[in-house]
Amino acid sequence: MSHLLVLPIVLPALTAALLLLMGRQLAISRVISFVASALLLLIGIQLFQDANSGAIQTYVLGDWAAPFGIVLVLDRLSGLMVLLTSIVAIAALFYAMQGWDQRGKYFHALFQFQLMGINGAFLTGDLFNLFVFFEVLLIASYCLLVYGFGERRLRAAVHYVVINLTGSALFLIGVSILYGLTGTLNMAQLAERIASSAADDIALIRSASLLLIAVFGIKAALFPLYFWLPNAYSSASAPVAALFAIMTKIGIYAIFRFNSLIFGGSEGVTADITSPWLMPVAMLTLILGGLGALAAKRLLELIAYLTVASVGMILMAYSIGNQASFSGALFYMVHSTLISAALFLLAEMIGQARGSIEEKLQTGPLMKQGVALGIAVLIAGAIAIGLPLSSGFLAKLMILQSATLNPHMPLIWTLILLASFIGLIGLSRAGSTLFWKTSHVYAADAHSPSFGQWLPILFLLGASLLMVVYAAPLKQITDQTAAQMKAPQRYIEAVVGQTADRAPRALPRELRP
Amino acid sequence: MELLLASALGIVTACAVYLMLRGRTFSVVLGLSLLGYAINLFIFAMGRLTSGKPPVIDQAVSSYADPIPQALVLTAIVIGFGMTGFIVELALRARNDTKSDHVDGEEPGKGSSSESDQEPSAKHKEEQGS
Repeated sequence: MSHLLVLPIVLPALTAALLLLMGRQLAISRVISFVASALLLLIGIQLFQDANSGAIQTYVLGDWAAPFGIVLVLDRLSGLMVLLTSIVAIAALFYAMQGWDQRGKYFHALFQFQLMGINGAFLTGDLFNLFVFFEVLLIASYCLLVYGFGERRLRAAVHYVVINLTGSALFLIGVSILYGLTGTLNMAQLAERIASSAADDIALIRSASLLLIAVFGIKAALFPLYFWLPNAYSSASAPVAALFAIMTKIGIYAIFRFNSLIFGGSEGVTADITSPWLMPVAMLTLILGGLGALAAKRLLELIAYLTVASVGMILMAYSIGNQASFSGALFYMVHSTLISAALFLLAEMIGQARGSIEEKLQTGPLMKQGVALGIAVLIAGAIAIGLPLSSGFLAKLMILQSATLNPHMPLIWTLILLASFIGLIGLSRAGSTLFWKTSHVYAADAHSPSFGQWLPILFLLGASLLMVVYAAPLKQITDQTAAQMKAPQRYIEAVVGQTADRAPRALPRELRP
Repeated sequence: MELLLASALGIVTACAVYLMLRGRTFSVVLGLSLLGYAINLFIFAMGRLTSGKPPVIDQAVSSYADPIPQALVLTAIVIGFGMTGFIVELALRARNDTKSDHVDGEEPGKGSSSESDQEPSAKHKEEQGS
């Protein structure tokens, strides 16, 4: 049993504790935080490679055997997500170190706590710990959202916190119903027990499962539940918004995990539980995200709506239902996380280069470093929309191809192409307003972005470029990941396989209702 | 006992939902903590209602209460406590900075946030006076 698997959780936790002790000593805090994030990136790469062998690793905390103790599980999907988190995190952290972290106390500690929560949510194999890690990452995100204060942030934060607390409450209801019916919290064992549950329990199990899907829908910002996102993301500080780009993906990850593992893929009592819902809801999310981007009054708001649209795209691809479409969804997820993080950072630099008018989409003063920023936005926008020869193009191509055999193919193709077109209009409108409709003077309070601010942008855009260069091996990886998720039996065996008595047992009679 | 607990849960949850749908941060926070209580009780009940049975190994008895929900409730209480503390602080800060205790940060019907520097409404003055 390699202890590497627990490090993505333990390392940020210890670093955060150390950073709390550092208090206001900014220089030392920066070094510690950056070194820890760099180490996390190395660990992420190593775990990704380990997961890529195809074996499913488990880590039994405290050496308590799997269904009873807490277990961490590393499979291809969680390996990919942990690596993606550490890539986005190091870029966001480097950007924050250019000045954002001076505006208040404990930025670095909160940042590390957030990483701990995110990594924990990806790695845990246990339903209740998924809740706990959700709370860890949420409370860090609440603090990071209001970091630096300001009226707009507080307004957005009240909505964000109340909605997420309500979501957490629903999560607990769902978890406890499932526990009450199956007597386990371990996801692998839950999968087995649900598959063989008594006929009387099926209605309750289905409602608990749908409740959980609704909760993940809140985190992922799915159609009726996305209204908190544009406000929250567009008022957060840039490095925080960049890190939040991975947070909607946690909801998506949980939907993937539950759908493929616990709801038992194509068989079992909950097999068809999301299929009537997911596709239409994802389609609506995609279109409304695109329309929101058209209507946005600020660049950050536009990018937040593009994030909503990307969630719709990922889940629509997933709900096409075959392995190729799932692979496309994963490819798109990696691409959209990287690019929306880059766009959030770029938008803040544009705001800074325009002075007090910030990134509002209206005629304003001349922009400092306007040419460089313009080219960067052009490239990032082209990648985000998926113009040919970008990672977004490849991802959309994979999704379009996989939909050819689906009965809804004309609708899916129309929506994907239409949403890309709407997004293109929105971005070109924003670009022409920001870069062309200018007066001929600089604003008095405008600052040109520093070289340090450009580095993380180049890093993220470079990562996106690498996705194009290494598209074939990456597609192979996402294909294998999709294949692994379609065969949850191996996951179940890896987690609860070692215990001698793993036949699903009914609860003792006196414990049944 | 089942009927009593179930109806108590239902009533508390209904009150919580009502409070959470109101427009002022104070009622929303109250609603959230009420919902928290209801859910803690619900988790507890999901381990089946028993009385007089220990959750830890004891030589003298042969049947036990399920210990896991109790552990879960403990965690949920701690998390709920922290979250309530945080949202109370956030609501206070928002009340302070936006001069309104409405969840939107502005009095309904008063216009957009850009006009936040205009004089507070009569109702607001009354609140401050009391």
